Amino acid sequence: MFSNFLIWFVIVPVIMMAGLACCGNSNMKAIRTVMVVCSTVLLGMAIWLVCEFLDMRAAGDTSEMLFTGSWMWYEPLNIHLAVGVDGISVLMLLLSAIIVFAGTFASWKIDPLPKNFFLWFALLSTGVFGFFISIDMFTMFMFYEVALIPMYLLIGVWGTGRKEYSAMKLTLMLMGGSAFLMLGLLGIYWHSVPAGGVPTWNILEIAHNSAIAPSWQNLLFCFTFVGFGVLGAMFPFHTWSPDGHACAPTAVSMLHAGVLMKLGGYGCFRIAIYLLPSAAQELAWIFIILTGISIVYGAFSACVQTDLKYINAYSSVSHCGMVLFAILMLNRTAMTGGILQMLSHGLMTALFFALIGMIYGRTHTRDIRQMGGLMKIMPYLGVCYMIAGFASLGLPGMSGFVAEMTIFFGAFENGDMFHRVFVIAATCAIVITAVYILRVVGKLILGPVQDDHHLTLTDATWWERFSTATLIVCLAGIGFFPNWINETIQHSFTPIINALNMAI
Amino acid sequence: MLWYLVPSVIMFAAGVYGFCTRKNMIALLISLELMLNSADLNFVVFNRFLFPGSMEGMVFTLFAIAIAAAETAIAIAIIINIYRAVGNTDINSVKQMKF
Amino acid sequence: MGTTLPILILAIPFAMFLILGIGGVKMSRKLAGILGICANGTLAVLAYIVAFTYFFSGDAAFILDGVRQQVQIFDVTWLAFTERMVVNIGFLLDPICAMMLVVITTISFMVHLYSWGYMEHEPGFQRYYAFLSLFTFSMLGLVVATNIFQMYIFWELVGVSSYLLIGFFYKLPSAVAASKKAFIVTRFADLFMLIGILVLSYYVSHTPADGPLGGASAFNFLMLNSNPGNVLASTVGATFMGGSVLTWAMIFIFVGGMGKSAMMPLHIWLPDAMEGPTPVSALIHAATMVVAGVYLVARFFPVFCIVPDSLTFITVVGAITAFYAAVVACAQIDIKRILAFSTISQIAFMMVALGCAYNEPVEGVHYSGLGYMAGMFHLFTHAMFKALLFLGAGCLIHAVHSNNYTEMGGLRKYMPICHITFLIGCLAIAGIWPFSGFFSKDEMLAAMFSRHWFWGAWMTMVAGLTAFYMFRMYYMVFWWEENPKYRESGHKPHDAPWQMSLPLIILALVSCVAGFIPFGEFVTFNGEPYHIHIEPSVAATSLTVAVAAIALATVMYAKKNPLPSKIKNLWPGLWTAANRRFYWDEIYQFITHRFIFNIICRGIAWFDRHIIDGTMDAMATVTQWCSVRIKGMQSGSIQTYVIWYFIGAVLLAAVTWICIL
Repeated sequence: MFSNFLIWFVIVPVIMMAGLACCGNSNMKAIRTVMVVCSTVLLGMAIWLVCEFLDMRAAGDTSEMLFTGSWMWYEPLNIHLAVGVDGISVLMLLLSAIIVFAGTFASWKIDPLPKNFFLWFALLSTGVFGFFISIDMFTMFMFYEVALIPMYLLIGVWGTGRKEYSAMKLTLMLMGGSAFLMLGLLGIYWHSVPAGGVPTWNILEIAHNSAIAPSWQNLLFCFTFVGFGVLGAMFPFHTWSPDGHACAPTAVSMLHAGVLMKLGGYGCFRIAIYLLPSAAQELAWIFIILTGISIVYGAFSACVQTDLKYINAYSSVSHCGMVLFAILMLNRTAMTGGILQMLSHGLMTALFFALIGMIYGRTHTRDIRQMGGLMKIMPYLGVCYMIAGFASLGLPGMSGFVAEMTIFFGAFENGDMFHRVFVIAATCAIVITAVYILRVVGKLILGPVQDDHHLTLTDATWWERFSTATLIVCLAGIGFFPNWINETIQHSFTPIINALNMAI
Repeated sequence: MLWYLVPSVIMFAAGVYGFCTRKNMIALLISLELMLNSADLNFVVFNRFLFPGSMEGMVFTLFAIAIAAAETAIAIAIIINIYRAVGNTDINSVKQMKF
Repeated sequence: MGTTLPILILAIPFAMFLILGIGGVKMSRKLAGILGICANGTLAVLAYIVAFTYFFSGDAAFILDGVRQQVQIFDVTWLAFTERMVVNIGFLLDPICAMMLVVITTISFMVHLYSWGYMEHEPGFQRYYAFLSLFTFSMLGLVVATNIFQMYIFWELVGVSSYLLIGFFYKLPSAVAASKKAFIVTRFADLFMLIGILVLSYYVSHTPADGPLGGASAFNFLMLNSNPGNVLASTVGATFMGGSVLTWAMIFIFVGGMGKSAMMPLHIWLPDAMEGPTPVSALIHAATMVVAGVYLVARFFPVFCIVPDSLTFITVVGAITAFYAAVVACAQIDIKRILAFSTISQIAFMMVALGCAYNEPVEGVHYSGLGYMAGMFHLFTHAMFKALLFLGAGCLIHAVHSNNYTEMGGLRKYMPICHITFLIGCLAIAGIWPFSGFFSKDEMLAAMFSRHWFWGAWMTMVAGLTAFYMFRMYYMVFWWEENPKYRESGHKPHDAPWQMSLPLIILALVSCVAGFIPFGEFVTFNGEPYHIHIEPSVAATSLTVAVAAIALATVMYAKKNPLPSKIKNLWPGLWTAANRRFYWDEIYQFITHRFIFNIICRGIAWFDRHIIDGTMDAMATVTQWCSVRIKGMQSGSIQTYVIWYFIGAVLLAAVTWICIL
């Protein structure tokens, strides 16, 4: 079991938690050492995994999932601990590792209870990594829950503002989504094999059997898509996102918007669409309407917010809506764009939240009306904020542009009027995004200094520079050389596209 | 058989009535004993008339009497403790265990 | 030609952007300035070499049987959407591209040199040079694009460099607002361009892969331009709101060009963009970026031609804009605004010229592609003399510390170099022989007359207005009445340092001689050389109109006299309206702020907080309300519990009783 490389993505965070548990309560040095070592190891593992994966693919290994392994866990219900990765999960693991790494540096001076904070943080990353390596629906769901629960404490204890309310709201709404999801997963489980067989949780086997009757598929599709859609901030189930993000501490916002929201999108195509293809063909239109609304609605809402985190939370609603929108287009190009948008949005939002945390830590306000001219006071952070803004509004050379364009061109492949209208509506979001991003940049970063007290503030420290520079390099990396990622993702969609084609 | 059961029902009803209306805990305890005794009486009666060949009902009644004695002892102990803490034996003065 | 030079042409400015952008903070001003200028000088030399090799080497790759060829020097895959939709980054060398390489690098070099003097004391000098390099990179990438998508990529990049440079003085709220406006307006236009590209590439990529459009990516210019008929055929049957889909796609793509080239009604950003440093206005908002729209039309010319409605659309938009901008320019006070409106008007001139061209011989028209050639010629000459005028305006602002001509007057004595070069610029834009503007404008007017007399007459009138407002400004600045402040204060205005004067002199010389370049030999729509000859009737008309307009301006403005204010008072409403640019900004302000921002955005935000979030909160509140209601049952009183228990037991017994019986 331990010879499987993927399992170590869960073991390392567990070791990280054990290491943290051994540290003294306020021994910052030891805590930081553990965190930095383990997150670097995770990042290294993720990079190695990507290289190895690409090598194996280049060497002609065309099986759907690589590094597979499966161990019986609970026999009566046929639950396995089954792992395996394709091109998409590999990239998602890399994204998570990058954000955990950057998040560690961004919460260098967390206060109070640093040890407990990082313990929960590590548990959260365990859940995230576990989710992306699983190919057994039950273990997937379990890791999903493991990732959600620490959120409550992380926001409730270390948050700011109305943190108890937000933590409760976030947890309850996501748990509500989980309830739908559990129903959907159980339904898929019971119908996973033709009559008489032993039901299975394994995604590959279920897809291979394709034994779920179309009428059941429609019901289960709604359950699973709504269940994951809640986490993907789909309209009208997005309201946990603004409050939750606004109150969460920096690193948690980063990890939550950067990775956790991606769990929703990932689940949508890996389970809802892959396992229930005929329902996806039939019912996609409902969710296209909802996500189309998300895109435009989030962008318009962001235009009038005054709290930096609210602006980004609504912008996340818009961008994550784009992810689900792309996945629902059910063709290879658009779905690839959806995954690219996940990566791009993950990095970009993490960068945004890191910067907002750093600015908030200095000015003690997130209200853009009370700040201004930060470029003069903290040029490094100002420049980074502008770069993040440009990435968000889809400037070429940044990942956002690549993702959005892939989505638009893919989505436009659907030739009927319904899809066209929604694609055009979605493209309008790039203008609205420019409006709210430039509004913030103009008020916050540029212009005259609003508050003379801010003149004494200092620019970024080395760990802040390191954290933001990592993310910027990744953003620009995807933006400049998108094709290898594009090809990796496109290739990984082959089974899903085949399943969709067979379902027609 | 009816002549034995009617007093049992009357006893039980009196017990319920007493338990619901009295304020003094000792009175409550007495009401409780009434109900218990009416149940014991039923055991004995049913055993005697319906299953004359067996003795389970009788044994069970003896068992219940023994338990009731112990229970009464514990109840009295609790009431004494409440009396010490609160100063009276009014049932309405111990309502903290709620919500 | 190898790929080394073309790659260097793109790599040098980008490398300079990175070096100056990242390392600039640690550099001294002098080092940054010298680095920037040297890099740009090298760049200009490389671009000249490429252009000269292309035009004069006689290499069969570039000129075959007297026809200039379009050559893709390199074209590498950047991103593959589908097999047929592949985004390449490449270098397409053809006459207009070579011409633009020369224009961009020359003006960029002049501006770099000029800025060394002009921006010397500004904080953020290094940042300024970094942004200039970024802009040069983006603009070069735009003109060498091998496909429409590459053009779109660099289109966005020039937009952002323009944003950064307009907002260079980021502490001024007006500069921030202007940069934001410029970016958002052009982004709005780019949205249409994107939709146009989406539509076009969808239909092209759905033709048979072994058909005439199957050879290359659906975005490729060469493939699209060489088979316009097949492009049209690919969209046959698809209509949208009564027009063919291809017409709509081309009009949408052109709307992108309207945004960048500040055509009505998307012109509102350009006058405000003058908040940026003046050399930036010369480079971006006069000579290079704003002609991107013209370049786009020229680049896609064969496809535009196949849908004549789109060419008509271009002509009409151009004609309206040219007239509007010329009228507004007559009533401005800020000299940079006058130049900005004159730029809009001149670019519209080029648009009309392109719209009046044909791509195949037409009966009764002696040369069908005249409009194309003339538009490109005017693009070239206009870049030179408009950059000259802007740089001259920069010298004036540098000397007087104000943008308004009311603070100037009688400056000819103090600033002789600036005066002479500015005069040359004005003569060139007015179209006076032998300055460059005369030749290009004459060809354009000839092309318009050959399309329809109305366009010719209309644009001749605009040319007259151009001469009038340019000389109005010239006289108000250099003649009129000397501003008494010059004598009172010890600070007399004087000519600028050599870094600033040298570019003026060079550009003035170019403006004097550029008209004699046999432009038609180099740049035509089909690559075949065309020998320019002046059409006497058109030339005579336009010269007469221009001279008359200049004479009128001389009468009105050469010396201080009450005539201008009298005329102004004849129609005060008209003057105010023209001065306020016919209230376009107010209209936009109303739509964006009152309607979109206040009603839509605030409405949606309210809806989100109160309806959507309210529903979620209401669910929680209802749950809580219920629990509060029923919690009274757990009273803590044993007797209550017993009663409930008893009632329950009785009810259960009753139910059982009923069920059994």
